Amino acid sequence: MGTASLLSTMDVARFVADGFLRFDSVVPTELNEAAMLELEHLRRFAPFEGDPLRPRSGTPLADCWPPGSAIRRIFDLPVVAGAIRSLVGTTPVYDHQFCHHIPAGSTRAQDLHCDAAVDSFDPTFDIQVFYFPHAVPVGAGGTRFVPGSHLRVVHENSVARYQHVVGERFYAGEPGTVLIFHHGLWHAGQANPSAHDRWMFKVRLNPDGSQVRQWDTTDYDDVVFGNWDHMFATMEHGRPTVASELRRSHRWTAGGQDRLDIIERVHLWRYLADDPDFDVDWYHTRTERRARLVDGTA
Amino acid sequence: MTARQQVLQLYTSNSAVSSNVVAWAFHDGTSGRGPGLPEADDGAPPYGTGVEALEDGWRLLQMSALVDPIEGSERRSSYLRYELLLERMVDLDGPSSHGRLRP
Repeated sequence: MGTASLLSTMDVARFVADGFLRFDSVVPTELNEAAMLELEHLRRFAPFEGDPLRPRSGTPLADCWPPGSAIRRIFDLPVVAGAIRSLVGTTPVYDHQFCHHIPAGSTRAQDLHCDAAVDSFDPTFDIQVFYFPHAVPVGAGGTRFVPGSHLRVVHENSVARYQHVVGERFYAGEPGTVLIFHHGLWHAGQANPSAHDRWMFKVRLNPDGSQVRQWDTTDYDDVVFGNWDHMFATMEHGRPTVASELRRSHRWTAGGQDRLDIIERVHLWRYLADDPDFDVDWYHTRTERRARLVDGTA
Repeated sequence: MTARQQVLQLYTSNSAVSSNVVAWAFHDGTSGRGPGLPEADDGAPPYGTGVEALEDGWRLLQMSALVDPIEGSERRSSYLRYELLLERMVDLDGPSSHGRLRP
């Protein structure tokens, strides 16, 4: 793998809150053009053993795709390699890939779903890298996704009945843009009302080693405080903090279920930061303190 | 008379019918021959609350039950909890080119 431009602590906090990160136009034009040829190859030929552009599940990411291939070079870009390393550690393995090709004028849209089946309740997670080799204009049917949905444990397309969610996004962007999703993020490919075919290449990666503090922690002590950070008591304010990021509501959860979402985010942050005492707004701490009264450890 | 059903699912921010709509789905048994939903700005729901839908003639058929928390998963989040299921019947033989709402 190439050199890595690691995420910051606040970048990772944003991922924990939103379930995705976006990197606009990080793949240069010549690589996008070369990648299109490889994507057309992948789309044209069915999977078969021995195609070097189709790694086996379980292959270390570092060994996927031939050196010099466009896909390999994209994953070696410092910003892409750094984001991957920051989220799934130094030894991620390949799960699968899929090349989405939606012809111009296609009216078929996927139902809202998450990949791939109902998942475990533990905080470990995979990532899905979505690479867009060409421009997707607003209204051209780019991937629909629901920020903040990733920690809701649901089964695949059991969320299909939600035709519209307030605050959902439809991807639009310049060539060479990369999105990285938490595996649980609700999303759906859309119809393509434009006059141009639409392409997107997705790769799912599993962690195979520690996910703890794999990012650039230079800013850590400036943005992470004790479990006392409580919006109805005393909190750090006037500057970005991990707590302020994790308590941020999404429009579809505001005023209702968002406190449960914050509790889940703190659960994930404790795992990522290996900080079992971290909290936001005292949700975990108050019940943990009372539990000690019951089990006699207070 | 040819009557067809339109179904509207509204998901609200809490169990009150008057709370904010956060998601929705529309199923049109008239295949587009009946009235549509009110147009809204840029991703906003067709009705701000369930009550607004009632005021526009929708009939409430069902709302989500309040389910006891289950010990061990009482803090888990998954689906949208508060669903309002509404309908209206449309008479396709009515005088309007977009059908006529049936009382």
